[in-house]
Amino acid sequence: MKLALLGAGAVGQSVAELAADYGHRVTALADSSSAVVDADGIDVAAALADKDESGAVGTDAPEAALATEYDVLVEATPTTLDDAQPGFGHVEHALERDRHVVLANKGPVAERYADVRALERESAGEVLFEATVGGAMPVLSTIDDFDPEHISAARGVLNGTANFILSRMAAEGLGYEHVLAEAQDLGVAEADPTFDVEGTDAALKCVIVANVLAQGEREYTLADAEVEGISSIPGSALELAQEDGRTVRLIGEVADGEVRVGPRLVPENAALSVSGTRNIVQLETEHAGRLNISGRGAGGPETASAVLADVGRLPEQ
Amino acid sequence: MSDSQDEVRAYTVRLELVDEPGELLRALHPIADNGGNLLSIFHERGNVTPRGHIPVEVDLEATPERFEGIVAALQDENFNIIQAGAERYSEALTIVLSGHLVESDLSDTLSQIHEGTDATVTDLSLSAPEGTEDVSSARLRLATEEGKADDALAAVREVAAAKDLTVVEPLTAGGEA
Repeated sequence: MKLALLGAGAVGQSVAELAADYGHRVTALADSSSAVVDADGIDVAAALADKDESGAVGTDAPEAALATEYDVLVEATPTTLDDAQPGFGHVEHALERDRHVVLANKGPVAERYADVRALERESAGEVLFEATVGGAMPVLSTIDDFDPEHISAARGVLNGTANFILSRMAAEGLGYEHVLAEAQDLGVAEADPTFDVEGTDAALKCVIVANVLAQGEREYTLADAEVEGISSIPGSALELAQEDGRTVRLIGEVADGEVRVGPRLVPENAALSVSGTRNIVQLETEHAGRLNISGRGAGGPETASAVLADVGRLPEQ
Repeated sequence: MSDSQDEVRAYTVRLELVDEPGELLRALHPIADNGGNLLSIFHERGNVTPRGHIPVEVDLEATPERFEGIVAALQDENFNIIQAGAERYSEALTIVLSGHLVESDLSDTLSQIHEGTDATVTDLSLSAPEGTEDVSSARLRLATEEGKADDALAAVREVAAAKDLTVVEPLTAGGEA
């Protein structure tokens, strides 16, 4: 397949690097200020070297990537809220051309799910978005395989940064600020960690799961989620939890039409109390009990492998 | 929770005994004779009811079928049963509250939780490593009636929000793993 990649952050770069390994050709790569385009396949290594050196992947305008020849548009620009632009516009553009779309950007399916589905119905292209929930973990494809009809609830740890902070606080008896600074030094937390530690990122993922489970009967957006973060959890709370054989995890839950994210008490030896940056999702299935999916929920190559798995699921046109 | 008739469950029976020698022992016989396993007896000797009776709370374990036999036997012996059953406190939930617990009057917080929910605080642990004037945490175990855990949590959230405390809740129903 010919891939046009929008977004040249950690995920976009990894998709570009790994595409050939999965038998695909990258015909365009764009970052926020430039693009490199070649219908026969761009030189990925050269484009990424340029990006390293000058901060731009190429000399064309970013819009050139949308206009070029491709089978699948990979949208990996940063997640934006509300109208989810410019990501939503990119999805619209590709579907109007009857092309497939694979999203790593959560915005369009978390904030405008019904709009995306409506555009898809009018198009010969399909939209897949496995990479938006749980990085490398096959959460949405598993839901699809089991059929949303037969899944009553989903819950899990969906943010590695918050989980790293909580597990370090519990293991070392350190305070929140201290562990956050350490996480920032390690590159586990961003300079502005708000999105992760206040639960927004986990909530967006839960909203996407809720949309998939609702099968169009109801649309969820971030505004429908009840969200609490972990920044007000003191070390003493973890200590008391531990005394009782429990620990605290930032858990996202989708059940009974509700989406909730917040710190929860979890038995220390339970499947949900994964440690470090690991993620886990539990699905309650109607006929097969509880299903646990765990793995790396973030990272360039990890998320790129979910993107490329989606590309592999799409029919050739 | 299983509905199995063979499953041993915990029950609480509250009796009011006439203040006469041997009454307590006489009340315990129907329990032991009908296969109940006594867990504890709380004999409030100094706390006489307006009718001059002495309240006694007996915790015991039995299968549901045997428990019915116990209650029937006590009634046959003309004991005054105030309350019998597992329904009173059959769900336990643990929460952690964090924030300025002491400044925001912990005992008032607890009594508000108690009043707002019918839940009973059965255990409390406090941790204030930075001293009572800084942020501290408390772990509470609440006992509620079956099916009332969600109501209890909602009330706890309300009290906590009013006092600017952080609540770490247990997972919602079905999430006990």
